Amino acid sequence: MKKQNLVVIGNGMAGARTVEEILARGGAHQFDITMFGDEPTGNYNRILLSGVLNGSYQEEEIYLNPLSWYVENKIFLHAGKRASGLLRRAKVVFGEDGRPEPYDKLIIATGSRPYIPPMEGTTMPDGSYKPGVFVFRSLDDCREIAEYAKGKKSAAVIGGGLLGLEAARGLQNFGLQVSVVHLAGHLMQVQLDRAAGNILKADIEMLGLKVLLEKNSTAILGRDQVLGLRFADGSTLETDMVVISAGIKPNWEIAAGAGLTTERGIVVDDQMRCIDDRDIYAVGECAQHRGQTYGLVAPLWEQAKVLADHITGKNPQAAYHGSKVATKLKVMGVEVASMGIVEPEYPEDEVVQFSEPKRGTYKKLIIREGRLVGGILLGDISKAAYLMQAFDRNTPLPEERLQLLFDIGDPPKQVTFEEMNLDTQICNCNGVSKGALIACVESGKRSPKAVMDATRAGMGCGSCKTMVREIVEWACGGNTEEDPSVHYYVPGVPLTKPELIRAIREYNLKSVSAVFDYLAGGKEDAASKPGLASLLKTLWHAEYEDEPDARFINERVHANIQKDGTFSVVPQIPGGITSSAQLRRIADVVDKYHVPLVKLTGGQRIDLLGLKKDDLPKVWRDLDMPSGYAYGKSYRTCKSCVGTEFCRFGVGDSIGLAMKIEHQFQGFDSPHKMKLATAGCPRNCSEAMVKDLGAVAVEGGKWEIYIGGAAGSSVRKGDILTVVNSHEDVLKYMGRFIQYYRENAKYLERTHGFVERLGISKIRAVVVEDSEGIAERLDREIAESKAGYKDPWKDMVRSATPNQFSTLLPVIS
Amino acid sequence: MGEVTIGPLSAIPPGEGRSFVADGEKIAVFCTRGGKVFAVQAECPHRGGPLADGLLGGTTLICPLHGWKFDLTTGNPLMGECAIKTFPARVDETGQIVVDI
Repeated sequence: MKKQNLVVIGNGMAGARTVEEILARGGAHQFDITMFGDEPTGNYNRILLSGVLNGSYQEEEIYLNPLSWYVENKIFLHAGKRASGLLRRAKVVFGEDGRPEPYDKLIIATGSRPYIPPMEGTTMPDGSYKPGVFVFRSLDDCREIAEYAKGKKSAAVIGGGLLGLEAARGLQNFGLQVSVVHLAGHLMQVQLDRAAGNILKADIEMLGLKVLLEKNSTAILGRDQVLGLRFADGSTLETDMVVISAGIKPNWEIAAGAGLTTERGIVVDDQMRCIDDRDIYAVGECAQHRGQTYGLVAPLWEQAKVLADHITGKNPQAAYHGSKVATKLKVMGVEVASMGIVEPEYPEDEVVQFSEPKRGTYKKLIIREGRLVGGILLGDISKAAYLMQAFDRNTPLPEERLQLLFDIGDPPKQVTFEEMNLDTQICNCNGVSKGALIACVESGKRSPKAVMDATRAGMGCGSCKTMVREIVEWACGGNTEEDPSVHYYVPGVPLTKPELIRAIREYNLKSVSAVFDYLAGGKEDAASKPGLASLLKTLWHAEYEDEPDARFINERVHANIQKDGTFSVVPQIPGGITSSAQLRRIADVVDKYHVPLVKLTGGQRIDLLGLKKDDLPKVWRDLDMPSGYAYGKSYRTCKSCVGTEFCRFGVGDSIGLAMKIEHQFQGFDSPHKMKLATAGCPRNCSEAMVKDLGAVAVEGGKWEIYIGGAAGSSVRKGDILTVVNSHEDVLKYMGRFIQYYRENAKYLERTHGFVERLGISKIRAVVVEDSEGIAERLDREIAESKAGYKDPWKDMVRSATPNQFSTLLPVIS
Repeated sequence: MGEVTIGPLSAIPPGEGRSFVADGEKIAVFCTRGGKVFAVQAECPHRGGPLADGLLGGTTLICPLHGWKFDLTTGNPLMGECAIKTFPARVDETGQIVVDI
């Protein structure tokens, strides 16, 4: 096969690394490689430039590939020759001497150049920098700075970022008094917050550097050479030289000139290809991927691998998904690690912080939904390796936050996935072992959802889902594929919940089949039906057009299916208060229909189990009690203690409140079941603090409202939403929360997951303080839902569909 | 047994299933919202769940007990290990469901 011409514009770290990766994949057999580099040398490690400046490295020590490497690998290097033009139609690159270099595939790795902030007096009339003005980007810059510094007394560095501080340290070694002039309020604001920046400032001032913050340099003073700086506030600084290190600008001009899409950088897709030309790639600091440009090497290495996999055909599916930016470095002897964001972005972001400025130690972590999204370590970075891994892999953090910051005694005996036995059972509902999950991953399933679907792990009570997800991620070595449907409300309609609600309202969709027709191209999805039915009922109340086939069998026949295909019936008993007449009626039903099992439930009701489907309407008629909804993804019941009725400790009427709650919320569809309780005093006998919603009476006629409690497959004490003075206010705030939950929770997300996901402060703000101005609407929706309530047992007896209650129909043959 | 007339199409609401017994053989018959009819064995091979009470979307059926999934056109499992028996089914010109058992 004839070899293709591969031309690489740029011989910096990105260009050379990409070529190395291509060669490692046998690319020498596929391509004749030509590179343009505007520096006359091989390529060197630009990160170590400050080491050259401060004398800790010799120039030749920072070379990555000497010129001989290019010869050995048959790469033709235009050393010291800039590429000046690109003609895509003819597929040629022009060198600055005008010589064309034809290509089949082209890689643009032009990197970036220093950003020069607008200042008077930066340049001389001929356009060259004023003597004493320098940028800090190349070996040449290093040499010139070192030469000029001889015999000078002072220097100023504009820019207090990482590179600026390193340059300042280098200049200090020439015996200069160095000032760092920084525009922002603290040093290294990309990697550090203000507190850490201030500690760093104190540290480096101890080393004899001057730090000027919030100084906007407007002019470089001196006619023929640098004499000083002037700032926007009118003050000045005397200095013999100025090194500008105020950030970088991607070099995209050659791409833009050829009509390729450029924004902040050259826009590329997940294969690092330019979006408008399939034969041109861009990599490194000049490339913009998903809106991001990167100025660090780790992302560049990842990009180079993907590009090489793709261009050589080694892995045509290779894709770059963006990088999480984490750095560990030493600034003037101070050890710093930084990852992700430096300040919390949402009220529910959790901040864990330790500060000991006297010793120069500072640690701060930002945690979102149990995962690390940002961190700063200053002074003591002993935990950096662990934290950076947790950040990069998005693994859940231990509950004990203290051990994130410090090594405290013996670490808990938590077995890693590596050490865990293959036959350890992970899903206790469906009996799925670690080994079975790994086997499934090895068979090609690369997303947690695909593995769960295939093995049924996590599909029972759901409490192991997090661990299943983590094991799948671990088994995939971090290369999981995300199933986009995890963001949808239901898998069969490609919309998130807010998008779906908007579309349902916009198109006036009142039945599940209408939703499939309008929003899923007419394609029905069985598993999505109950979630849609629940949502439509919540949105349209009485106007919802019920289609029984969209409902799970329990909600179709308003009873709970049992293991043998029979059903259980639980009539409504508000507050758990019954009577002799009611009990007699129930007893008669038990006898008449030969109910095999009668059981008191945990929700203070009576369960009749083992009924045939055919008997259900007759049982309901004979009971003459409303449905207790013990089968639905809906409001279930409200337990109560005796309260002030007889109890000598009771301080609030818990029975009365439970009955009001029952009548307010009965029959409400919701993303998952809601179990409630009221307690007449803080002894909490009815366990109201571990219910989806609970109300606990406290002295002084007050009620504490708890939300997000759980005591099932997960156990969680609820959070206090608010404290109110009356039954009516309990109903009001409970109702608001219920409606907010109904509109915003994922299908099958219990309140405890919902409250943890959003955070109690966010929910309190919306529900109690009305921060979004929706409280009145939520109240109105609740009132409409209440008005739309019909007892399904009475309703069903009248409006059954054909053979709805037939277990087995005979065929006359 | 050959072809058996099960009953009128109206015996099964769209998107649902019903169980029938014909000469001792229990079958679950479904009528999709697209208007097609399918007949399969009545009980789930996993734990005997009543398939006629399952959720139906297109031609995918989900057992009500533990969520095993089957494709009604072939009987093949979409989740789970065992297939289910299928029987050819059609609606005749008088609107009766006919199953070849």
